[in-house]
Amino acid sequence: MSKPNSSDPNAVPNWRLFIALVKFTLFTIVLAFSYLLLEDSIDEWINRKPIPIVKTVKRNRITDDIPWDKVVNGIHVRSGLYDDPNVQTIIGACTSCHSSKLIIQNKATREGWEQMIRWMQKTQNLSDLGESEPIILDYLAKYYAPKKEGRRTNIDMDAIEWYVLDLEQ
Amino acid sequence: MKEKNNESRRQFVKNSTLSSMAILLGSPVVFGAHLTSDIRPIGLSITDWNELPGKSNDLKVLNDRPINAETPAHLLNDALTPNDLFFVRNNGIPPKNVNAQSWTLTFEGESAKRKISYTIAELKSRFKTHTLNLTLECGGNGRSEYNPPAKGNQWTTGAIGCAAWTGVLLKDVLADVGIKSDAVYIGYYGEDSHLSGDPDKNSISRGVPIAKALESESMIAWSMNGQELPILNGYPLRLVFGGYPASCSGKWLSKIVIRNRVHDGQKMEGKSYRIPCDPVAPGAKVADEDMCIIERMPVKSLITYPKSGAMIKKGKKLPLQGQAWTSADSITKVEYSIDFGVTWTACQVSSVSNKYQWHRFVAEVDLPQKGYYEVWARATDSDDIRQPIILPGWNPKGYLNNACHRIAVKVV
Repeated sequence: MSKPNSSDPNAVPNWRLFIALVKFTLFTIVLAFSYLLLEDSIDEWINRKPIPIVKTVKRNRITDDIPWDKVVNGIHVRSGLYDDPNVQTIIGACTSCHSSKLIIQNKATREGWEQMIRWMQKTQNLSDLGESEPIILDYLAKYYAPKKEGRRTNIDMDAIEWYVLDLEQ
Repeated sequence: MKEKNNESRRQFVKNSTLSSMAILLGSPVVFGAHLTSDIRPIGLSITDWNELPGKSNDLKVLNDRPINAETPAHLLNDALTPNDLFFVRNNGIPPKNVNAQSWTLTFEGESAKRKISYTIAELKSRFKTHTLNLTLECGGNGRSEYNPPAKGNQWTTGAIGCAAWTGVLLKDVLADVGIKSDAVYIGYYGEDSHLSGDPDKNSISRGVPIAKALESESMIAWSMNGQELPILNGYPLRLVFGGYPASCSGKWLSKIVIRNRVHDGQKMEGKSYRIPCDPVAPGAKVADEDMCIIERMPVKSLITYPKSGAMIKKGKKLPLQGQAWTSADSITKVEYSIDFGVTWTACQVSSVSNKYQWHRFVAEVDLPQKGYYEVWARATDSDDIRQPIILPGWNPKGYLNNACHRIAVKVV
């Protein structure tokens, strides 16, 4: 008496039909959403185009049509080094082994450049530079000297007078 | 001991100066030993002054016409900077033959209710006398570190000092003069003359907003550390505004104008004592109209003991002392680093008797192993603003460098 419909034999197939309908509706909604989300990529996939080939523009390195002695704004164009009566000595001694760019990006005192030459002689088969060495060192120390710049320089070590701080007093 | 060293050093400097005098004059200076440091033979003067009157020979002279001299950091270790060690930043030539008895200070201007003059005796008798410990720092202190470099006196760290100033409060005198409601600025005029000698030109005539003028620490002072003002620091009368560029604190003070507009005196306009209103890249060109007047000075500190270059034995603690100051209410923290800013340790910071006095800080520093160290100090103020460890923003005239101070130390 308390469950009047539970014994109704017609109720079971109606339930099943209802669940199938709900499943179908849910499936349709999910499909619709998926399409909305993926629309662009699906379109792209359907309408595939060949990947465009980007042409790289090759720039010529220093070419032979620049004269050996061309100077613009104080720079010897072929090497990028500062122009100077002795610049060809530097080019001859240094750039047969390495790029002039290695010089340009460095800064050192005369002593520092000398140390680099000694290192190259010791480890890189650089030969004795003979009479050219002082010319090369003068040139490098003049044009590629360290610069005091930046947001904070080192404390000036040359200006410090070191003293023993007597803490016994 | 330190005093003695200074004395012998002075003696040495004096002796070597006298020997060079002898070389220059071609004969020994007779009674040279009796010359005091204030006197030099007239033939040797390189400036209008034979020496820096009232100033220690230990000051580093950056310029002698006009006189500009800074104090080495290790000589700023006193709680109050002695008068002979207080830096000098002059824009013109100080007046000569000053008579303090007849000196007057005149008030006038569009926003003054009346024009009135006071003698120094009248200032002393009519208004309450105050003594305040106030720090003065040149707006260009630290300029030498900027890159691209800025023109002007290349101050390193020594355009700073803190003294006990005695005088009257500017606000008390302004109340007596009467300020109209449209007042916005006060400007000063002093009796120093223009470098060209042109009597119609002022060497400098700056000022402060009226609100700053009315602060309880803004003074008209006639005394410094219980003594007369040194002639190079404004004798017989000057303004003292802590927390503002020291150029606002007019010396040899003879006139104050109460303005209804921003004061337009010498070195108020153009690029003087101004920074770009909007931040700029290093080396940028900035038009005059895009430059804004510097008002508050930034938080800063200085290690005053030991002098850079100290070598101590391994195992000893390094005693560290210094001064820290701000235009905010107070200094809340000073820290030191011995590892280039990787770690910071707090120092003990002393309290002050009034706003704009510098705070002393002390610490005992452990240096763990032999070798080279830099000790850096940085202060934080009550606005929670602290010093940068690299340079602050570049500006065309190189003002306001408050980067942390550094000393070099070795453990041997």
